Amino acid sequence: MVGFWVLAPIMVAAALGILFSRKAVHAALLLAVVMIGLAILYEVQDAPFLFAVQIIVYTGAILMLFLFVLMLVGVDASDSLVETIKGQRLLAIVIGIAFGALLIFGIAQVSVGVVTGLQAANQQGNVQGLAALLFSRYVFAFEATSALLITAAIGAMVLAHRERLVPKQTQAILAARRMQDYATSGKHPGPLPPPGVLARHNAVDTPALLPDGSPSELSVSRILAAHGSLRASKAQDVKAFAGAVGDGTSNEPVTGAGPRGPIDGDPSQIREERVEEEGEK
Amino acid sequence: MSATPFVVLSAILFTIGVIGVLTRRNAIVVFMNIELMLNASNLALVTFARVHGNLDGQVAAFFVMVVAAAEVVVGLAIIMTIFRSRRSASVDDASLLKY
Repeated sequence: MVGFWVLAPIMVAAALGILFSRKAVHAALLLAVVMIGLAILYEVQDAPFLFAVQIIVYTGAILMLFLFVLMLVGVDASDSLVETIKGQRLLAIVIGIAFGALLIFGIAQVSVGVVTGLQAANQQGNVQGLAALLFSRYVFAFEATSALLITAAIGAMVLAHRERLVPKQTQAILAARRMQDYATSGKHPGPLPPPGVLARHNAVDTPALLPDGSPSELSVSRILAAHGSLRASKAQDVKAFAGAVGDGTSNEPVTGAGPRGPIDGDPSQIREERVEEEGEK
Repeated sequence: MSATPFVVLSAILFTIGVIGVLTRRNAIVVFMNIELMLNASNLALVTFARVHGNLDGQVAAFFVMVVAAAEVVVGLAIIMTIFRSRRSASVDDASLLKY
């Protein structure tokens, strides 16, 4: 009985929390508190099988399903305080409290009688006793349950199913469309440039440098750009570096500049050097 | 161990569930309150199983759990379908039949 008096206030407080919490996630977690409390009360009342089922099925499966759907629907979908029916909330609370008072006073009037206890019924073990009942007296209800579960599973599949409105895009169709785009608008059919090419870093947040030294916007994720977490323009960095070494147009070879030699320098400079070498040949 | 406190607790939880269903507007929270009511009735069933000294009440509670699981699956699928078409999980927004 001590367990009951400890748990009951916690459970009532958590249930009231479900009532008053603005956020649905808080309500779900408070419902978990109530359910676990109920599981312990089942255990107190000689129902170890229901204790396990309550935790596994309710807290484990059903509540996680609730949280899944909450995350899909959007966690910030909080309640609106606008009443569609005038005075509905107040009336609901009054009627609810009246109903609760009726129930509680009704129960208080009734004498439940002597508590028999489950010692005799649980003599063979609680699970065995339940199984003996389930597969004899309640066998038809049990079979009907299986039909219900199959119906529910099929119903959920039908409700969650979505007809495909457009045919599935195959690799061949996509390739043909890329070539079509190339033919009509001249859009490059190949993959986008990877980040970090010719720049001083090869991390995903570093834009690739084009041969003229300008950063390529196509080489980095648009999300990173919108988030503002791209590395500060490395082209200028490289240019400043190149300016320190020389303006890149001079014929003097770059020697020993930077930690990794002239590769770190201005890519345009490298290209021009290469062009010059080819011109000499 | 008297049975009355357990039944009173069950009645309180059931009442809170009723008020929640009547006042909350978010369909998922309404659904959680329905679960709370089912759980409260389960507690009463288990308590009365102990009072009467047989396991029929526990079998009934077990069936309630099974039916609740099936109900949650279908109900949440319906909420998802409504959310997909109306972009809202509020019970007030699904009011096309009214007009």
